[in-house]
Amino acid sequence: MPKLTIDDMEIEVEAGTSVLQACERLGIEIPRFCYHDRLSVPANCRMCLVEMEKSPKPIASCAMPASEGMVIHTDSELTRNARRGVMEFLLINHPLDCPICDQGGECDLQDQAMAYGFDHSRFQENKRAVTEKYLGPLIKTFMTRCIHCTRCVRFADEIAGVPEMGATGRGEHMEIGTYIEQAITSEMSGNMIDICPVGALTSKPYQFHARPWELKRVETIDVLDAVGSNVRVDARGGEVMRVLPRLHEDVNEEWISDKTRFAYDGLKRRRLDRPYVRGADGKLKQATWSEAFAALAARLNGVPGDRIAAIAGDLVDVEAVVALKDLMAALGSPHTDCRQDGAAIGGGPRAGYLFNTSIAGIEDADAVLLVGANPRHEATLINARIRKTWLASDARAPLPVAQIGEAVDLTFRTQHLGTGPETLQAVADGAHPFFQVLKDAERPMIVVGMGALARPDGAAVLATARRLAESVGAIGDDWCGFNVLHAAAGRVGALDAGFLPGPGGRDVAGILNGAREGALDLVWLFGADELDMSAFGAPGEGPVVVYQGHHGDRGAARADIILPGAAYTEKAATYVSLEGRVQQARQAVFPPGEAREDWKILRALSEPLGHRLPYDTLAQLRARMVDLNPVFGRINTLVPVDWGAFGADGAMDAAPFVGPVANYYMTDPISRASETMARCVDEILGGQRAAAE
Amino acid sequence: MSFINRTARSLLLSELVSGMALTFKTMFKPKVTLNYPYEKGPLSPRFRGEHALRRYANGEERCIACKLCEAICPAQAITIEAEARDDGSRRTTRYDIDMTKCIYCGFCQEACPVDAIVEGPNFEFASETREELYYNKDKLLANGDRWESQIAQNIASDAPYR
Repeated sequence: MPKLTIDDMEIEVEAGTSVLQACERLGIEIPRFCYHDRLSVPANCRMCLVEMEKSPKPIASCAMPASEGMVIHTDSELTRNARRGVMEFLLINHPLDCPICDQGGECDLQDQAMAYGFDHSRFQENKRAVTEKYLGPLIKTFMTRCIHCTRCVRFADEIAGVPEMGATGRGEHMEIGTYIEQAITSEMSGNMIDICPVGALTSKPYQFHARPWELKRVETIDVLDAVGSNVRVDARGGEVMRVLPRLHEDVNEEWISDKTRFAYDGLKRRRLDRPYVRGADGKLKQATWSEAFAALAARLNGVPGDRIAAIAGDLVDVEAVVALKDLMAALGSPHTDCRQDGAAIGGGPRAGYLFNTSIAGIEDADAVLLVGANPRHEATLINARIRKTWLASDARAPLPVAQIGEAVDLTFRTQHLGTGPETLQAVADGAHPFFQVLKDAERPMIVVGMGALARPDGAAVLATARRLAESVGAIGDDWCGFNVLHAAAGRVGALDAGFLPGPGGRDVAGILNGAREGALDLVWLFGADELDMSAFGAPGEGPVVVYQGHHGDRGAARADIILPGAAYTEKAATYVSLEGRVQQARQAVFPPGEAREDWKILRALSEPLGHRLPYDTLAQLRARMVDLNPVFGRINTLVPVDWGAFGADGAMDAAPFVGPVANYYMTDPISRASETMARCVDEILGGQRAAAE
Repeated sequence: MSFINRTARSLLLSELVSGMALTFKTMFKPKVTLNYPYEKGPLSPRFRGEHALRRYANGEERCIACKLCEAICPAQAITIEAEARDDGSRRTTRYDIDMTKCIYCGFCQEACPVDAIVEGPNFEFASETREELYYNKDKLLANGDRWESQIAQNIASDAPYR
């Protein structure tokens, strides 16, 4: 524990702490460009120079380990001169184009030049100019502005695990680029925009659209994957201008995936902004809310409860699910389900459908088995955590990660054991050598994805995985290594709310069959688009389909009555992440046109149907949620879960596991409506396909 | 004593005489009034009148949508929307000034890094309706084209003091 003196203050820090970190602990600000908490330390910007006594020249504080008896001055004449000198050198080749730079107003270089630089330039020669590079449809480059901090290169190498960025040339001729001109093939490349301290890498979809000072910031939760990333939505005048990550060490650290960051333009396109009712001529016609409610009440009149069914989709919030559950119960319908893909989870103990290890807990794991899961596409930030753990492990004996299912590149070395249930069975029986790896591990993790569970034998796969977890000792008092990897943000919340078939109720497959056989008169699709819509037949035939949601996607195309709802940026709502963390989203903008918050629609609708729901305010509804499941009252905490039996014994099909995410950039109605995501499919996936051929 | 003074002055009509003398003197001096609108007074090159958006000599608009004028405007009279033009440059798609809100402080032209938005020498833009005072980009650019020679001259003559 070295003890050092910084600006006449003594501080004792752990061995290995850098001088910069020690200064930060004392609340002293050290300017820096290349240093970043989560990246390696190259010490190449020299902005963090400080004076150390008995040293002939100033030292780079980010790379200098604190040691016993050091005396550091961070505000001496020497330090100030060093900073001014470094800043003058950095600005020599930096263009004076702040007025047209998107980073203007939130630029590290701008701020630090104000705080530590000269007020004028002495440089009379020509500035250098660098051609712009193509980095794909998400990142816009202005390479002349680059100050060669190499944060982006280190991010690509270390965090994203796609070593595609690099520097060519030396000295003044150094350029950052991708060597071969191509789109970056990472699912989290957007974070480079955030970590770039200047305006060299900026967001292409946001290009020139707004200035940071005119945006209204709202801290909320993302729903485009099940991780529950903490995000900040920046809006201007009722329009979402961009989405940025928010720091949450236990969830997303300070990263978000590209879908989370860039799919927001889908919130402006293909929106349902007023109710529609299918007329006698078979065409959807605009209607007022009261007309839509009247039409719905007429269709429901005299229909017995067991001829009504409801399916909740992937982006639903807990408030609306609870309201819909109460409404369905009042109508007497047991046919409710939230598992569009037919995953065999829910109903049993909470441990049976959660990511029990927790996201931060991944860093303690010492062996990982992925069963039918592709975390890179289903939950990008979980993949980043596994990669972080893998990188931090000893290079001679790295973290063993094995995959059963499709052989996919997860940006770290994995062992592909097999493609289907027979391999899982072999591992579970102890016949496969990886069983011993898991058994020897102190804290093994088994991650079961929707590729393994969303199939007819899902319950048997779940039971096999549970038995494997129990037999390798993954379930202990302080460690639970059994994990379900969800791909849908609304799923865990709906399972916690118990939006599952009641006694004698049909599940999703049963509802679709019932619709085909004519056993149902009305099907309520609550944001459910990933279904086989042909089961409902052509409009006019089959059951009446009510679609409540925010996008004109597959469900709305078949619907007879459309009730326009609010998207995740437009309502105060509760979501439960895949690790069981209850988080509350806030409203950033208003829903378009006549669209309303979903629970309010259900509440308003319950009155003409004659089953008035007993809550008028969000607070009352949230109290009802806590009544239903106390978990909903425990905001942002991981409630300990009890282990129990779940899954069902049975034979497993031999078919290989196939992941649920065929196209990472388009998985839900919002991202399917997004132009940026369409461009990603074209340029990134198209580029990958072309390279493969 | 003062009573005698006052009485003597009023009896001798001295106020009347001095008044008439002033009138008579002024008759031979040049007039200070102007026959507006046929005559106009001189304006300082720093005069802050109607706004205009300027162009470069090659016809390219100067404004680069940095939004500094919008940010500094104390009356919040300026509204700007921007996006990349087809050639990739940063341009406004909307540049509105609500002249009924404007207080003619001149901060916008001070903030402008490219001398695009300026307050020109024109002060005769009174209108009969408020709507005519909601200026859009076309109107502002047209103003710039109309007043360019005068504006350029004003900026040049004020340049030594900046």
